[in-house]
Amino acid sequence: MEENKNLLSEELPEETSVNAGDVAVETATAEDVHGENLSDRVRMLSPGQLVAKRFFRSKLSVIGLITLILLFVFSFVGPLLPGCSDWVKNGDPIADRNKENIKQVVYVDVLKYEITNADGETEILYAYNFMTNEDGELNWYADMNSTHWLGTDMNGYDIFTNLMLGGRVSLTIGFVVIFLEAILGVILGGIAGYFGGWVDNLIMRIVDILSCIPTIPIMLILSQMLESWNILDIRKLYFLMAILTLLGWTGIARMVRGQILSLREQEFMLAAKCSGLSTFRKIFKHLLPNVMPQLIVQMTMGLGSIILTEATLGFLGIGVPLGTPTWGSMINSATKMDILIGYPNFWIPPGICITLAILAFNFVGDGLRDAFDPKMKR
Amino acid sequence: MVKYIIKRLLLAVLILFSVSVIMYILVRNIDLNALWEIAGGGNLSNENAQERFEIVAKAYGYGDNSFWGVIKGYFSWLGKFLQGDMGTSISYQQPVEDVISKNMGISFTISFVSLILQLIIAIPLGIRCAVNQYGKLDYAATFLTMIGISFPTFFAASLAIRFFSVELGWFPVQGIESSLPVTATEWDYFWDRAWHMILPIAVLVVLSIGSWSRYTRTNTLEVLNADYIRTARAKGLSERSVVYKHVFRNSLIPLVTVLAGTLPTLFGGAMITETMFAIPGIGKLAYDAMMDGDIPFIMGYNMFLATLTVIGILLTDIMYAVVDPRVKLA
Repeated sequence: MEENKNLLSEELPEETSVNAGDVAVETATAEDVHGENLSDRVRMLSPGQLVAKRFFRSKLSVIGLITLILLFVFSFVGPLLPGCSDWVKNGDPIADRNKENIKQVVYVDVLKYEITNADGETEILYAYNFMTNEDGELNWYADMNSTHWLGTDMNGYDIFTNLMLGGRVSLTIGFVVIFLEAILGVILGGIAGYFGGWVDNLIMRIVDILSCIPTIPIMLILSQMLESWNILDIRKLYFLMAILTLLGWTGIARMVRGQILSLREQEFMLAAKCSGLSTFRKIFKHLLPNVMPQLIVQMTMGLGSIILTEATLGFLGIGVPLGTPTWGSMINSATKMDILIGYPNFWIPPGICITLAILAFNFVGDGLRDAFDPKMKR
Repeated sequence: MVKYIIKRLLLAVLILFSVSVIMYILVRNIDLNALWEIAGGGNLSNENAQERFEIVAKAYGYGDNSFWGVIKGYFSWLGKFLQGDMGTSISYQQPVEDVISKNMGISFTISFVSLILQLIIAIPLGIRCAVNQYGKLDYAATFLTMIGISFPTFFAASLAIRFFSVELGWFPVQGIESSLPVTATEWDYFWDRAWHMILPIAVLVVLSIGSWSRYTRTNTLEVLNADYIRTARAKGLSERSVVYKHVFRNSLIPLVTVLAGTLPTLFGGAMITETMFAIPGIGKLAYDAMMDGDIPFIMGYNMFLATLTVIGILLTDIMYAVVDPRVKLA
């Protein structure tokens, strides 16, 4: 098929053989020159511009990109706005965020709390009592209103602000992990593909072993482990990122290895060898740039799945540090029946954010794949 | 072929061995809540709790958490495992293999029914989309399937419970059976169970249709571009018979290989869905075991899953050669 096309294009006159969508050629032919250079009349697009052009032609990928930008602005710029600053402070979740005259809150049972106020009086209150915010009263389980657009959660945090802060953490985890995965995957996959032999065998067996370990069970076990080591604060997030990276680089390594295996047999690599280039130069100047398109696509798709894994772990109540909101930990509240039923405003907004983020990364990844390689377009 | 399979099986043994080493070392580092339960009789504030816990842990063989203690524990576990004895679950006080085989039925039913439904819906959808590429149906299906792929299971399950069980009251909220009167017949029990399973199955189906139909669509498009389809059209066959006879069958070839890879999902249980709907399948049991630190069960379950995964990958590779004689296994 491919050869046929080439033959055809050689027989046709020059103007028609150039794909109108990729390179714009003015109707003028080479004969009627008025002293201009060829480059003035033919607008050439660089490969990058071509990719961008094809990417923006697809509606879904543009929608994905816009959603991503909105989510990033929402998460990273949102909390800086003046109205939010009151809830951004870190610290004791109850004392910091709420009214002064409550000294102590003790959890008694589901929906039931023992409140000690400034005068030392204690009383049992039910969570439903807090739905209306009176002055001087702990403002938790508040309904959606004009100050708290999505209400407040069981610790009195503003859910809308938490959504923004949680987005910061979730998106940051996604980016940090995918870049670490890419570094690890490119190095190990590159070594395996380029050198072959026993190195390849060793690395690929490690990949096999890691991909046979069931993901969610091992994450559960690891987070139980962190718990037994009493790592509950923000350090848990760093561990989480390290674990996600260590378990997740195999996909990228496999892809890079496969690509390099086929690339190193091609003629340009023979040429590189003949010119006496160093191994380092051959790998970093000639092989890796050719892997980049697939790598970028896989990284974009991978971002979605990392956010999903993080959210799943958060939902299962693991991998989430105390005092730091993430989208996953916010949706964790849906595991409690009373909140699942009575307070959809606790868990539906973060759920929508997670879904939107994954969807957007998938759309952009799809669009990028089609843009990088129009032949693959289905 | 035989040589290839033997080579792969040997490799599989190596992989499973490494997985078990990693798993065991990690598992030995978690809190053994199940043993605490036994030691304290449920009362952890017991002043002798620590002492009693140590005695119980020693009796179960988890007393020594030093490097050599873990190594010793691993080899005693491995020795029993190789003889087909996975140990006794601490929480359930039953042999692990019994716990797994007893509870696999529910998980298998749910996974199997949902897999069949997924295929019944997704394959025709994928083929229709490919035949009318860039049509309205194709765009709509692409968009919806992408949403399905991106939807987290737990969020979909939460929404389903909230709206279909609580708001509308069509389905039970949780569990696998409701209390039936003594006079209930076998059929009543059957329908009761089926009624409880509808929502979890629906969630699994809706979320997985996307990836299946996308896969079918890609394969079908590849087949549609093949020379023999052009021949079929050139012969003057009707579009109907081209699509349903020539394209359909050939687009199924890659699907068969992927089906072999669904082995772990089929038998291993859907952990999140089962936990959400409180269905006592193997996935939920494993989740509870991991929360309780029930070491024999965790090891047994994870080795079971890893074995299924290894077999699934091997089957996938073999199926390639079986369905497509041009593929040579080396």
